[in-house]
Amino acid sequence: MSRQSQHIQQRLQQQVKRNISCREGHDSIILEGTVDNWAQVVRAGKLATHEGYKGVVNRLAVEGLTLPPPRSLKLKDTELDGLHVDVLIVGGGVIGCAVARELTRKNISVVLVEKEDDLATHASSRNNGMIHPGIEPRPGTSRARFNVRGNAMYDTVASELSVPFTRCGSLLLYQERWERFLGPLFIARARQNGVPGVHLINRNEALALEPHLMREFSGALHMPSTGIISPYLLTIAYAENAVRNGARVSLETMVADMKVREGRIMAVRTNRGTLFPGVVVNAAGCYADAVADMAGDQFFTIHPRKGEIIILDRKKGHLISHVVAKPRLLQVKSDTKGGGLNRTIDGNILVGPNAVEQPFREDYSTDRDHIELMLRRYLPLVPELSPTDVITYFAGTRPATYEEDFIVERSQYVRNLVHAAGIQSPGLASAPAIAEEVARLTVNALGEVTKVGDNPTFDGHRQGIPEPERMTWNERDALIHRRPDYGVIVCRCEGISKGQVVDALRSPIVATSVDAVKRRVRVGMGRCQGGFCTPQVLRIIGEQSGEQLAAITKKGGDSFILATETKTVRSGQ
Amino acid sequence: MTVRNVDIAVLGAGPAGMAAALVAAGGGADTVLIERENHLGGILKQCVHDGFGLLRFGEKLSGPEYAGRFVHMVREAGLAVLTSTFVAEARRDHEESVLMLVDQSGVTELHAKAVVLATGCRERSARQVMIQGTRPAGVMTAGAAQYYVNVLGYLPTTRCVILGSGDIGLIMARRLTLEGAEVLGVFEAKSTPSGLSRNIAQCLDDFGIQLHLSRTVTRIFGGDRVEAVETAAVDENMHPVAGTEERLFCDGVILSVGLIPENEVGEALGVPMDPVTKGPVMDQNGQTQVPGVFVCGNASHVHDLVDYVTESGELAGAAAAAFVTGRRTRRLLPLKADSTFLLYAVPQFVDMNAPESGAVVYFRSREERGLTVVAITAGGVTVARHSYQHLRPPEMERLDIDLSRIPSDTTALDIGAESLVMVEVRS
Repeated sequence: MSRQSQHIQQRLQQQVKRNISCREGHDSIILEGTVDNWAQVVRAGKLATHEGYKGVVNRLAVEGLTLPPPRSLKLKDTELDGLHVDVLIVGGGVIGCAVARELTRKNISVVLVEKEDDLATHASSRNNGMIHPGIEPRPGTSRARFNVRGNAMYDTVASELSVPFTRCGSLLLYQERWERFLGPLFIARARQNGVPGVHLINRNEALALEPHLMREFSGALHMPSTGIISPYLLTIAYAENAVRNGARVSLETMVADMKVREGRIMAVRTNRGTLFPGVVVNAAGCYADAVADMAGDQFFTIHPRKGEIIILDRKKGHLISHVVAKPRLLQVKSDTKGGGLNRTIDGNILVGPNAVEQPFREDYSTDRDHIELMLRRYLPLVPELSPTDVITYFAGTRPATYEEDFIVERSQYVRNLVHAAGIQSPGLASAPAIAEEVARLTVNALGEVTKVGDNPTFDGHRQGIPEPERMTWNERDALIHRRPDYGVIVCRCEGISKGQVVDALRSPIVATSVDAVKRRVRVGMGRCQGGFCTPQVLRIIGEQSGEQLAAITKKGGDSFILATETKTVRSGQ
Repeated sequence: MTVRNVDIAVLGAGPAGMAAALVAAGGGADTVLIERENHLGGILKQCVHDGFGLLRFGEKLSGPEYAGRFVHMVREAGLAVLTSTFVAEARRDHEESVLMLVDQSGVTELHAKAVVLATGCRERSARQVMIQGTRPAGVMTAGAAQYYVNVLGYLPTTRCVILGSGDIGLIMARRLTLEGAEVLGVFEAKSTPSGLSRNIAQCLDDFGIQLHLSRTVTRIFGGDRVEAVETAAVDENMHPVAGTEERLFCDGVILSVGLIPENEVGEALGVPMDPVTKGPVMDQNGQTQVPGVFVCGNASHVHDLVDYVTESGELAGAAAAAFVTGRRTRRLLPLKADSTFLLYAVPQFVDMNAPESGAVVYFRSREERGLTVVAITAGGVTVARHSYQHLRPPEMERLDIDLSRIPSDTTALDIGAESLVMVEVRS
């Protein structure tokens, strides 16, 4: 044991628990042993950072706590068996899908595998859609670099993929006298990170931008480059464009293990057969450490940090246009930004998020105390908002490493593995830039074994599903004349037509579940939360797919919406 | 895009809208009845239980039967009906309402001199009552469950709990039991049931389904499908009491936790809302604070009997027809409800210039009470009173006023419980 790891071990034993042991592996420090609770796990992991190691592999177990494996898939076939592919991307979140699309600029074969029944089901749909300006990450980190560059790429990306995007800007409000002193710090930080346009404004200037704000604040930091996008629509758009340019997306496909020989991944076994990839891209979100481990290159551990977000009725959406937040005392040093209010691209105000360390990677349960705390903390920012505007709330987990930085690099030990791991906040804002870099690294790795040329037929433009509700009346009228089902409204709260639902069911990556349709066309996202339209959507899915209604799921797997036919129907009355 | 002008647009072809359109058109106004679904009748289509129409027709009808009678009248009268037509936007233009209608043929800009809002209500959803936990399949409102069972012919659950003792929840407890599902119990956070007594007796007691008062569902468990729920007793502030949690294994949670009038079109037209009823502020004929915009049925406040819904539609329809044929100025007296005693009373204003001298006031008691005299007073003078054997919050009560009894210098009306005067009897 090196002196360094001995030193860390001593510290952890003193400060956390006696029976923690440390060793080194793959330039990282590995923590082992059993502790009393999850807080100790996280504390030990944090204490082991910044000690000269590349990463912290935290294998500490908690007494009496068994972490569930990811849900097992019933689907087993040979669809992908024996497939030789230039690049295999593991994970259908925004990073994996953006990487897939970037790689189709080259004339190589790309397969993306995703264990769920749809793309963007985890962190990529469970966030507030904010395109951060890049002021929160510490200067010099990958987070700072990719965030600022990614943010600047959004106008082009959104327009090419036809995903609605707005540069709404954000306001950080100062309430307390001492908070004013944070202003110059943030301005200096903005300069260091290269965030454009950041400036301090006084209360009146802020109220001119946001007239419905509370009056109890003294000034604000205005960050005009902040944007808003639908994170799931963007993810799906990236994937659809990748598919259009020749990539293949395989849903309900989970990597079980990998065969690694002499520092190369030779084969990847999934529930749908074994693939033989040239290069593997690890974009597995909260399971990125598990995928790295399968390849024999785990030098980091993901600790899932949960965030809860509250959705308010769209009828209050007009009350703000910027992202509005309050600074937190430690924000200058903190790893995630403080919560606040922002308006989604569809006009709902979101409240939150918070940040809670907890052990479960895919537990999206919410907690009453947290929800109430956020309502108390953030609703007063806009006095016209009230708890009765809440239509629902949800949770997501951010895949954070203990170093709290992105890992975007070629593996040092496995020649044909590229990591895009630890992509926590501001991962969405950084996604276009991360994808660009991962694609470059992947093409480099591939170039060592084969010649890589450009894809002559690449077309980066995608046509989305029409959104009649955003059109002028004449455009909408003309659209309905072309296809009358755009005039049949199924979701009364959001005004979504049958035509849009049908389009989702026929899109390049076919939606098969109710939630997958919802992610594409917003049906059921309104104030009635699907009470009226879910049965209609079920009917349309049945009609289009020929499926029995009882076979249709909410979100794949066994999430059937209906149980059996009623007694009356079964007895033929 | 086509442009069309009408006298009266009635929005929603449920019982309120059909009644309003029939009366309005019967009065000679050029009326169009607009419905977003592909058939008339509104929510009654899925209410296959009976008990509808006792007051109206003196017989017990099922929901579809009750609706059917009005659908028949609408057809007979040759009313202009637009089904599968959605109001995508509403705005005021000078004295008119402009509705942007979307249907399979395109977009129509409809200009209406008067609008009757008969848009009904929607159900409150799980997160709006602070249920926590995961979001698996199997959590649904009672109305959605009713649609699955009665219209699609599917059971959405085989073993469920029902949260909330609203009428649809009680009716679904019985319906699901009859169709072979197991209902583990009905949980009501309040200390008294929210549904009608007859439904408690006929839907729960008769089937041996337990009603748990002051107890709620606090958490949902399950990944793909509901696997269990946690229930807990609640204190008087509706907060769960630690240590009273109990876990029940089930595959469904059915919610009957309140109805909210749907007034998005009304809001777009600038109609002021009553924060208590969640419906527009209106007079006894359903006219809102925006001239020419009327409201009726569950969009105005949640009713418990369809018969009264129909009645309110007829009043609004007649008033809309009168509005388009000749305007008159209203003289509005506010009707103030004693909020210590009443949950609410409607209408919020009484129009003294209305042609009919009778007006109906509806109210709900805040608490269960025995024999109570309810009175409407005008500056201390009692203008209407009635004694009620029993008052319960779930049961809407009516009180008739004769406007001619209201002194002409009255500026406001009050409704409240009359304090009982003990008469000392000397022997």
